[in-house]
Amino acid sequence: MKTMHKPVYLAAGAYTVSLGTGRPEFNPRKERPGLDHYLKESGAKTLAQISDPGAIDESVIGNFMAARFNHQGHLGSLMTIVDPALEYKPALRVEGACASGGLALASAIKSVLSGMADVVLVMGVEVQNTVKAIYCADFLAGAGWYDGERKDGHAYFFPGKFSDRAGAYAAKVGPGLAREGFAHWYRNAVESARLNSDAQEHFNKAGDLLAQGRTPPNAKAFTEHLNLYDCSKVSDGAASILVASEEGWRRLGLARQDVVEIAGYGQMAANLTTPPPDPAEMTTCVRAIDQAKAMAGIGIQDVGVCEVHDCFTVSGLLLTEALGIAAPGCGAQAVLDGLTRRDGLYPTNTGGGLVGYGHPTGATGVRMAVDLWRQLTGRAGGYQVDVRKDHGIMVSMGGNDKTVVSLVARR
Amino acid sequence: MDLKTRMQNVAVVGAAGKMGSGIALLLALDMAYRALEEPSATFVLNLIDMNDSGLQGLVRYIRDQAQKDGERQMNRLRHLYRDQPRLVENADMVQAFVAEVQLHLRTGKTLALAKDAQLVFEAAFEKEEIKFQIYDELALLCPPETFFLTNTSSIPLHVIADHCGIRGRLIGFHFYNPPAVQKLLEVIPPEGCDPELLDVAAQLAANLRKKTVPSRDIAGFIGNGHFMRDGLHCIRELERLAPEHGFTRALYLVEKVSRDYLLRPMGMFQLIDYVGIDVFQLILRVMDKYLQAGLHSGLVDRILEQGVKGGQTSSGGQKDGFLKYEKGKPVAIYDPATQAYVPMAAFQAEADALLGEHPDPALTWKALSRDPDKETKLRAYFSALKRLASLGATLARDHAASSRDVALGLVQQGVAARPEDVNEVLTLGFFHLYGPVNDFLD
Repeated sequence: MKTMHKPVYLAAGAYTVSLGTGRPEFNPRKERPGLDHYLKESGAKTLAQISDPGAIDESVIGNFMAARFNHQGHLGSLMTIVDPALEYKPALRVEGACASGGLALASAIKSVLSGMADVVLVMGVEVQNTVKAIYCADFLAGAGWYDGERKDGHAYFFPGKFSDRAGAYAAKVGPGLAREGFAHWYRNAVESARLNSDAQEHFNKAGDLLAQGRTPPNAKAFTEHLNLYDCSKVSDGAASILVASEEGWRRLGLARQDVVEIAGYGQMAANLTTPPPDPAEMTTCVRAIDQAKAMAGIGIQDVGVCEVHDCFTVSGLLLTEALGIAAPGCGAQAVLDGLTRRDGLYPTNTGGGLVGYGHPTGATGVRMAVDLWRQLTGRAGGYQVDVRKDHGIMVSMGGNDKTVVSLVARR
Repeated sequence: MDLKTRMQNVAVVGAAGKMGSGIALLLALDMAYRALEEPSATFVLNLIDMNDSGLQGLVRYIRDQAQKDGERQMNRLRHLYRDQPRLVENADMVQAFVAEVQLHLRTGKTLALAKDAQLVFEAAFEKEEIKFQIYDELALLCPPETFFLTNTSSIPLHVIADHCGIRGRLIGFHFYNPPAVQKLLEVIPPEGCDPELLDVAAQLAANLRKKTVPSRDIAGFIGNGHFMRDGLHCIRELERLAPEHGFTRALYLVEKVSRDYLLRPMGMFQLIDYVGIDVFQLILRVMDKYLQAGLHSGLVDRILEQGVKGGQTSSGGQKDGFLKYEKGKPVAIYDPATQAYVPMAAFQAEADALLGEHPDPALTWKALSRDPDKETKLRAYFSALKRLASLGATLARDHAASSRDVALGLVQQGVAARPEDVNEVLTLGFFHLYGPVNDFLD
């Protein structure tokens, strides 16, 4: 078992609005902000929380597909636009599909653990509304195995993949219970998003969210087992946070109550070319979460707040099981019982998660870390929950459970 | 010859016009899907129009719309292209589909292009002499088995068929604007129509996912039979109210009643502008010629003489007519006495006050059109309207009664087989929330 041989911390998190359908300022026919806007906005919010940007030793950015969405590569260099103090220092772009943000965090942790850096600026960004959803599906399908899966895949490739998982889950627990679980997950996500002014679903005024969530899937129009409410939307946004050693955050003028300690993390990849061993389980996530919990020396009973990668409602249920909140096959019931609600035993995705806040893919893992840090330091404002335990846990997932980073934070 | 074989060579005459371009698009898409399902067959769509720039615009329109259709039908395309290893992404397939659609198009300015066509669709200007000229020529050019489907909306079809010697081979296939979107298709078989043509028309309508309503071959058919008379009712009301309230105020009153009090998508004068005042006049003339029923408006003649025509710009914008438009919304009303537009803002509040109480100002066509509880709300609305004594409510009741009488008249004259058919034309073709034959005000 590998351990954190010195304490590493999270500090000064921030993120932008998740822009896309649902936000009143979003108009697909009008010019919209690009990568540079989101990087500058989120980066400035993080740097405003510290005394000296010059204390940042290096930067790392998570991004999935800017080369296709925005015709832009070389993001490590681009992120120096955040502040002149970042120039002529190491800057790195990492990619692991939707876990790109999680990988950026892992990379920063390793830099600090290696002693090569005391403060790393970690960012994630994605601007996806540059193309219609049907072409966005093409770009996002790059998180699957192009040569082996794309040709026979669904027009909406990943909704198709997770529809298969939803079908398998329904077969395992019963279609009625599964659908109720998905609908309750959707309701919880929107209710939290309504409290988070940056969330894409912040302005969602729908009266009966459960009724929406119970909409029967229409295979002809979309997928066999998922409806549109089961899906996170196409989003633009960025997130940023600092990963620092104790010496590092002291150099930034921060106090212990401003930071949370990274107590453990798990990072792993699974074979992209093979199908999931069990479609009703997130096998790689289970392993990465177990690794993170073991490194932190905690069990789920020690966790007071969770962030999971609910790209689809079914992922939310499967990750509830992966975290250990519920036994395999019991995630839907746990959600129905309110265990993951804001006032539940394990408040989960308190700012809306991917379904409620939005899913600017490369930014999502970093955004999750920001929400964890905010909750554990009492900085979540309108969506703050009562965190009754000292630990928080997150799991950032890329592709169909292929690249995973899980992280345990301690206040 | 079955529809499948006939679809291999098709022509559209008047293809670059408003209706012709929509029909051409529907056929181009249908043909492309057929070609993908049957790669060994050859398909040709001949697009004929007098206007070169119109034809170029048409090809551009079909290309753009084919892309949108391909994007909407992505699952279908993925299935159709399943054996094409180089087409992997959605974008690859949409691009291939657009190319497939364009592959079948042939454009030209002469009717000779239609000489091998098994089906000819015609959407020429609604004038007898033009139709006679086209079908005289087509009768000589095309083989005897060619069927003709006309988008004629008012001229009795037996008149064209007999004049041009194509009796049995001509059927009315009357689309509503825009043809690619509107679900309604009025099918008008003239007497002696070949049963095979009836069969081909029914199959084709089903393939194009249209809802057909049969109409008898009597001038104006169901759609214009109702629209023209409904329009004349509003013009008569305008002329009745004008001496007391002035022309522009009177027009505002009638327009608002026909839109807001009857919960229609647009007022009658906006609708006439949309169709074109010149087209409105032309159809009135055609219908009056064959029906001798006093279908005429001196006001329409007068403002056309003043050069006010309405209709659409080539890019689909609304030209000024009875009303002046800014960003598609009416802002002023034409006064034939001064030949100038009077801004509605100058008298709107006063005119609204004159109309008086509205049963439910919050209830609009837009709000109700997607309301699953529409029927119940309409009943409650008209029940309230029935009890109001305001000028607006009175005008609305009179208009509703007139519209119902026109509809029942169409059934009585045998134009429509049933009141339900008239209701269907008005709800599908004119986007009304309810048909004119109803018991809301009984």
